[in-house]
Amino acid sequence: MSDVIPLKPVTLPRELALTLLTDMVRIRRFEEACAQLYGEGKIRGFLHLYIGEEAVAVGAIHALTTQDAVVATYREHGHALTRGISANAIMAEMYGKCTGCSHGRGGSMHLFDAATRFYGGNAIVGGGLPLATGLALSEKLKQKQIVTACFFGEGAMAEGAFHESLNLAALWQLPVAFFCENNLYAMGTALARSESQTDLCAKAAAYHLPTLRADGMDVVAVHDAARTACAAVRETGGPYFVEFQTYRFRAHSMFDAELYRDKTEVEEWKKRGPIHNLTNRLKAQNWLTEDEFLAIDAEAEREVRAAVAFAEESPWEPIATLTQDVYAAP
Amino acid sequence: MNTLGNKTTYREALREAHCDAMRADPRVFLMGEDVGKYGGSYAVSKGLLDEFGVERIRDTPLSELAFVGAGIGAALGGMRPIVEVMTVNFSLLALDQIVNTAATLRHMSGGQFAIPLVIRMATGAGRQLAAQHSHSFEGWYAHVPGLKVLAPATIDDARGMLAPALADPDPVVIFEHALLYNLEGELSGEWKSADIRSARVRREGTQVSLITYGGSLWKTLDAARELAALGIDAEVLDLRVLRPLDTAAIVASVRKTHRAVIIDEGWKTGSLAAEICARIVEEAFYDLDAPIARVCTEEVPIPYPKHLEDAALPQTPKIIAAAKAVLGK
Repeated sequence: MSDVIPLKPVTLPRELALTLLTDMVRIRRFEEACAQLYGEGKIRGFLHLYIGEEAVAVGAIHALTTQDAVVATYREHGHALTRGISANAIMAEMYGKCTGCSHGRGGSMHLFDAATRFYGGNAIVGGGLPLATGLALSEKLKQKQIVTACFFGEGAMAEGAFHESLNLAALWQLPVAFFCENNLYAMGTALARSESQTDLCAKAAAYHLPTLRADGMDVVAVHDAARTACAAVRETGGPYFVEFQTYRFRAHSMFDAELYRDKTEVEEWKKRGPIHNLTNRLKAQNWLTEDEFLAIDAEAEREVRAAVAFAEESPWEPIATLTQDVYAAP
Repeated sequence: MNTLGNKTTYREALREAHCDAMRADPRVFLMGEDVGKYGGSYAVSKGLLDEFGVERIRDTPLSELAFVGAGIGAALGGMRPIVEVMTVNFSLLALDQIVNTAATLRHMSGGQFAIPLVIRMATGAGRQLAAQHSHSFEGWYAHVPGLKVLAPATIDDARGMLAPALADPDPVVIFEHALLYNLEGELSGEWKSADIRSARVRREGTQVSLITYGGSLWKTLDAARELAALGIDAEVLDLRVLRPLDTAAIVASVRKTHRAVIIDEGWKTGSLAAEICARIVEEAFYDLDAPIARVCTEEVPIPYPKHLEDAALPQTPKIIAAAKAVLGK
């Protein structure tokens, strides 16, 4: 692979392109802070970083309306930030503070927000697919033109939940945009070592879903594909499957020694990093200067610092309310 | 349909409860395997498709994980689904969605989201269906915070518990013992005020509390009648609600009779019977005049031949023997 990638023009409106860039930088800075805070013991439990994959959440979620619903996975900080949950509320959730977006009860893997229709944050691989299918069923029954965007990794496609959900969504023509984030590894198991059929679109097509494959390192390509998919879901009322080919630059979680992949492979993918991919193209077409980029970056850093301060200052929930929110209050 | 004069059946009572619920609230719909054209594998939904149409009486593929999960999602999206899982045996294929999603979402989201879902399923043994079709996992579901678990054992409860279950803002699992569908009787009218909170004394007594639920209620009432003929005055408590357990009713009965036998079609080890036993010990230990006895299913996958299946399950003679033993008779 050549180091010199021909620069594709950015075909989106400049303002949108800068928004996408800004959100990717926000996620990157937020998660870098999370990794450091994990090392300091401020964040505990499992922490799964999205670094490298930012273009997928950002490109796809910006194709949704505020009325649409989002179902994500346990690697969902980026989706939550992009969807509009504040960095403060997400960081406080990482700390387990009651000001968090799940009131501290969920942590990194269970970010929720009713206001932005963000339905988690699901730590069972494939667990969100039936849920998204049901949310879409409710929209269909209410005769609403609303998309439920369901994110999952390629690892989830080995689960029965994937096959059952796609069958049901296609059979009943439910408005779900199934967004597969194919980062090539299900934890440490490469796609070819876990799937007999590695053509993921072929799997979805077997259930008669229309499919698209997009470069998940290119936020413009992601956005275009997601818009196509969402427009089709709105028009037909039926589901759509998109495979975003992406790559996770960091370990699966903070406990992963990364014995299963070669460092040179990681370095090769980093050359296609979504942030400098877009930055270089924007600069090449004179839509972005280095100073402007630095200002975006500085603002992201400021946002993260403020979020950490907010989380630090936020109170712990009293133990007296431990069993709250198991059932509705009587 | 099955109504004969004033008489009805448990099945018909359930069917009428569904009709009422569907007519009262357009958000209510039923989905499950063969609930539509086939009319329900236990014929509970027979005729509903004609009245309510395919959008509200939805036949699903054999896909328990997805359609139970879709019920959870639809409830989350503002509907009031009733999901029929053909039997508890197949519900194991959906256990992940029930336990990891339905039961957790309210808490994990800090109270932002609710799952007002009803899941119904047939349960229990007694029809020579062998090990994979004879389970009683009510106790497993009752173990899980976030779920409510009901066991309607009477025609009134079959008729009356669905409405409060649908009105409940949290997921409710309803177990219908497969041997009860043909139960005949009359509605007393008490169904109109059926709650999903309390146990109910089905027979007043003074000498021993027979505590049970679901399909075992009728064997237990038979035992109480035979005990009466032997001069033993047994009280029969129908738990009705398995989570949250009506501990106050259990304790009140034991305080009155000072003796308890628990009848539970689940296996004894780690059973609901064990939980009830523990609560009595915790809250009414000094009221007991004898050790608590349990009549549960033997620790064996349910065998096919009738004599072995009968021997594995709680039966009236075993209940009588246990009651006599705690009375030292």
